Amino acid sequence: MTDENTPEGGGETRRDFIHIAAASMAAIGGAAVIWPFIDQMNPAADTLALGTTDIALGELEEGQEVTIMFRSMPHFVRLRSASEVEDAANVQVSSLPDRLARNRNLDDNAPATDDNRSALTAEIADGVEISDDLRRSLLVTSASCTHLGCVPTEGAGEFGAWFCPCHGSHYDTSGRIRRGPAPENLPIPPMTFISATTLRLG
Amino acid sequence: MSGPSTYEPKTGFTRWLDSRLPIVRLGWDSFVDYPTPRNLNYWYTFGGILTVCLMIQIITGIVLAMHYVPHIDYAFASVQRIDRDVNFGWLIRSIHAVGASMFFLAVYMHIFRGMYYGSYKAPREILWILGVVIYLLMMAAAFLGYVLPWGQMSFWGAMVITNLFGALPLIGEPVTQWLWGGFSVGNETLNRFFSLHYLIPFLIAGVVGLHIWALHVPGNNNPTGISVKTKADTLPFHPYYTVKDGFAIVVFLIIFAGFVFYAPEVLGHADNYIEADPLVTPAMIVPEWYLLPFYAILRAVPDKLGGVILMFAAIGVLFILPWLDTSKVRSMRYRPMARWFFGFFVVACLGLGWAGAELPDTMVPGLGALGVDFLLFGRVLTVYYFAYFLVILPLLGFVEKPSPRPASIEESVLNGDKPAKAGAAPAAQPAE
Repeated sequence: MTDENTPEGGGETRRDFIHIAAASMAAIGGAAVIWPFIDQMNPAADTLALGTTDIALGELEEGQEVTIMFRSMPHFVRLRSASEVEDAANVQVSSLPDRLARNRNLDDNAPATDDNRSALTAEIADGVEISDDLRRSLLVTSASCTHLGCVPTEGAGEFGAWFCPCHGSHYDTSGRIRRGPAPENLPIPPMTFISATTLRLG
Repeated sequence: MSGPSTYEPKTGFTRWLDSRLPIVRLGWDSFVDYPTPRNLNYWYTFGGILTVCLMIQIITGIVLAMHYVPHIDYAFASVQRIDRDVNFGWLIRSIHAVGASMFFLAVYMHIFRGMYYGSYKAPREILWILGVVIYLLMMAAAFLGYVLPWGQMSFWGAMVITNLFGALPLIGEPVTQWLWGGFSVGNETLNRFFSLHYLIPFLIAGVVGLHIWALHVPGNNNPTGISVKTKADTLPFHPYYTVKDGFAIVVFLIIFAGFVFYAPEVLGHADNYIEADPLVTPAMIVPEWYLLPFYAILRAVPDKLGGVILMFAAIGVLFILPWLDTSKVRSMRYRPMARWFFGFFVVACLGLGWAGAELPDTMVPGLGALGVDFLLFGRVLTVYYFAYFLVILPLLGFVEKPSPRPASIEESVLNGDKPAKAGAAPAAQPAE
């Protein structure tokens, strides 16, 4: 006695199909349940909402630097002296370890000239007037070394700007990596001048 | 677990239990009547010592979790409170912190023991691999635990280690943000690290169970590397090795207590008594001593991704060690060349630890005149570390002439480890 639903008939049966379909659904369901348990570790909505930080520029004097928190990461805000800007501008981009500007206000492949690193690249809100000199001397960069995330020390290193104490990376007055294990220039966050004395990050 | 069980329940209750849950039989066969080679030396006591270490860490850890607060605003203060105000908190936290170092001290002895006596060779490959898994889990637990006091070293250690994953191409940034639960190391990170730090010891306990299971199938290796052939080669585990292990555990605990009571901070860093500050990196950050060799390997490579890959490869290579060593002789006691290379390997590991603790451009004492700084020193030792596994061990099996081995464990014991008399030893003993 054989019919098409028993294995004696040979080949694939209705029962084989049910087994495979059931096991496949169980596997898909299992995989779908894993995702919420992975995704819960990603930044939560309230963390993502910490979107913008405003910097009051009126309190900064020439040559002064402050470290501020933006999106829970430390950032350097430096009002560079004329000689620091000049030093940075005189460097040939072709001689840099990382030739890209790493500036969120520009294209990904913009070259790492000093103008492309400074606040000249910041957006300017409608009606705000601000001098080119001020924008050129203002530098805002991440303060996390692109090697392994330490905060470089100000005023140290061979290029007069920042030196990372963890593994010895030297950055110049444009926040560009010059020597050491760090692979990239310090990244520059999105910036907008919302008034003549206020720069908004984010 | 190997061979037929010799357990005979003697009372009505144990007979009743044995036919329902033979747990007493399992204990009897595993730790009482378990046949153990009669020539195990004190290097073989670290397995028992490590079991004690794991129990100490779990018990003290559960107690500490009753007083610790995993929040960036309270974590540092809660650890200070454990040290100063909680009854015996100073003692229990010291035991836990020193215990981590003692755990690694013992595991390194255990690993070197296995490498010298060829304990990773067939039929113990799975046993060895499970051991490497335990070692990896231990490093994860130690790293996560070190973050919890939320001092400067905690914070910046967490920053550097999580940023290692940022070196991965394309997925680097999403992976680090996933690990952090934010844009940087923060409260979310501390919270999850606490959760995982509590989990991992129980995973270790589970893998230890598998490790012991895998040990009891072929039985212990021994200093001669020769397989057990007859009952005369073995002794019952109890009382012979319970007492030997027990004595070693007592000596180990005396050293342990010496650190706890007289030098609880000697293995730590003073910077970790400064509360975490995301704006200031300490002038010098180094990992705990037991991770320094890997740190030196990381720094030996001028490329970020390359350094990370090499560091993980330094652990990964341990997994394939059973297949890299081509010698048919297990124990290096009978391998005149391998034992020298092994000696250099141990020295290289210690040297890498030293290199990891120093700044890369500092000159090595005594070698400064030759222009050898710790970076170069670390690079040379890194090359030897990998050459030992990838070049020396594979080649030695073909070029080395092993010295004569005793015919059996029993004979090696009775002859005081001298090789067998002429004619008594078979010329070649595969896989021994």
